Amino acid sequence: MKIVCCVKYVPDATADRKFAADHTVDRVGVDGVLSELDEYAVEEALQIREGADDCEIIVVTVGPEPARAAILKSLQMGADAGVHVVDEAIHGSDAVGTSLVLAKAVERQQADLVLCGMASTDGSMSVVPAMLAERLGLAQLTFGTEVAVDGTTVRVRRDDDAASEIIEATLPVLISVTDQANEPRYPSFKGIMAAKKKPVQTLTLADLGIDSSEVGTEAAWTKVEEMRARPPRSAGTIVAADDGAGAERLVEFLASQKFI
Amino acid sequence: MRFELSPEHEDFRKSVREFAEAEIAPYAAGWDREHHFPVETVQQMGKLGLFGLTAPEEYGGAGEDGDFTSLCVAIEEIGRVDQSMGITLEAAVGLGINPLLTYGTDDQKRTWLPDLVAGTSLAGFGLTEPGSGSDAGATRTKADLIDGEWVINGNKQFITNSGSAITSLVTVTARTGARDDGRPEISTLIVPTGTPGFVAEKAYDKLGWHASDTHPLTLQDVRVPEANLLGERGKGFAQFLATLDDGRIAIAALAVGCIQACLELSVQYAGERTTFGVPIGRKQGVAFQIADLKVMVEAARALTYRAAALKDSGASATVLREAAAVAKLYATESAVTATRIATQVFGGYGFMEEYPVSRFYRDAKVLEIGEGTSEVQRMLIARSLGLPVE
Repeated sequence: MKIVCCVKYVPDATADRKFAADHTVDRVGVDGVLSELDEYAVEEALQIREGADDCEIIVVTVGPEPARAAILKSLQMGADAGVHVVDEAIHGSDAVGTSLVLAKAVERQQADLVLCGMASTDGSMSVVPAMLAERLGLAQLTFGTEVAVDGTTVRVRRDDDAASEIIEATLPVLISVTDQANEPRYPSFKGIMAAKKKPVQTLTLADLGIDSSEVGTEAAWTKVEEMRARPPRSAGTIVAADDGAGAERLVEFLASQKFI
Repeated sequence: MRFELSPEHEDFRKSVREFAEAEIAPYAAGWDREHHFPVETVQQMGKLGLFGLTAPEEYGGAGEDGDFTSLCVAIEEIGRVDQSMGITLEAAVGLGINPLLTYGTDDQKRTWLPDLVAGTSLAGFGLTEPGSGSDAGATRTKADLIDGEWVINGNKQFITNSGSAITSLVTVTARTGARDDGRPEISTLIVPTGTPGFVAEKAYDKLGWHASDTHPLTLQDVRVPEANLLGERGKGFAQFLATLDDGRIAIAALAVGCIQACLELSVQYAGERTTFGVPIGRKQGVAFQIADLKVMVEAARALTYRAAALKDSGASATVLREAAAVAKLYATESAVTATRIATQVFGGYGFMEEYPVSRFYRDAKVLEIGEGTSEVQRMLIARSLGLPVE
């Protein structure tokens, strides 16, 4: 079986987020990491491989040069090889453009299973897996909290507030998993050393047969017009409690804010 | 010429740090308070491969890829959030696995190492006795070879990882006879924990390292097969000296983690805590002390990883012994100073158990004592300088 895992390099969520002059997220000037939500996809792939006889995991990412770190981390966790699509013309692509590039890169792999995280931790759109499945003509089982592969049958559990449902499809399929699906492993030293020797292929838009006018800021269906930093936290309200009526006032406050 | 760890060691540091911050840091204060040894966490450390960094692949270790430097990275990072789990790892590898790896027969290695390397079991190193610490030659525990079995009698003291639910064996030094010069012949024996007569007594009530598993051991007519001799008969003394040299570098790494924690906690607190309307970090009396912490951690780290690199590059025992003693002496004494400074930066809060600095303060002292006291390190260094020190 061949599994392709799509991963994204995102700015470290614990660091300050910066934006470039064209209102895109600054991915080059800040520390980046493998999007935490994609770690669940990589882990799911690794667990499927553990239960399979012959299984290869290819990690695909689209992004500038430093995005290679997202592939490296996936290889350190245990994936077998990487594909990095890097091209200046991709800069500023929205989900539609990104899904096009990913589709072309994934298509070449002839994968049985495509795995994605449920969303990126920076854009948080959640739509790329669905768009990718559509472009590849694959059945899509998104937001999976449990994945079981049995021969060519794949079963995925989806949990929402009202109910849990089990959806089934036959390979090839695309699955996105949530952060409830598993506990991603930490790379071991052995895994880190092994990753050094694993192949990573670099591709450009030309390699994928994509015209640069189809992607990037200009081709994007959406445009960020304006942005503002989150205002600093205000001082808050102090509820005096020395007259014994503090609890009452606190309840009033919570009710006025519709918290209770 | 550059002195730095490889990118792979730095990536490994990130990995262990993430693990330590998620799986250990949130619980460390609770384990300390309850004197609880978290077996499941030890096994998670095993899954991450921390116990196999210096072991061959055939026993489940990192093989050619692993090295002593990576072990020091792991101990430093675990020790940065919890000294108890740091010493658990250090003792498990340095004192538990290392002697078996170095002196064990193929049979002994095959029997014991796979579980120890996986972190599903632990081994203790029974050297210290009530009357013999630094003076390890004064060992009183006796082992007599009777009908193809060693019959062991004696007491051991302060033995780390010797009485946990997953301890599988303790290697024990014992007198197995007398040498031609009249001095005792010391040998090392493997004692499986289930052997009748072997008792790990109640865990110690210690100043620090509360979550570490440390027991006195009683051995009364403990019988183990003759084949449980570890290494050559009569070579026990030389064996544990070599074991301790490696262990000292690892203890230095644990001390580096302690200083690093003090530095980070102090920088954060000095930026947040205000007195007289300004953060205390604006006061030179505070800021300069924290600057000293930075110097200590950099110097201690440089000495420690230099010693680890010497070990990895196969330096001679003499060179290694000196480098290990220098690193251990400086790093551990700096750690004690660093915890005193950090506690002072925190003021009254530093004396409260709700902040981790007080735990580090209690944990640091033993670093100057375990695996060779500061006095022993000074003696080794003085000797290597050719001084006629006694």
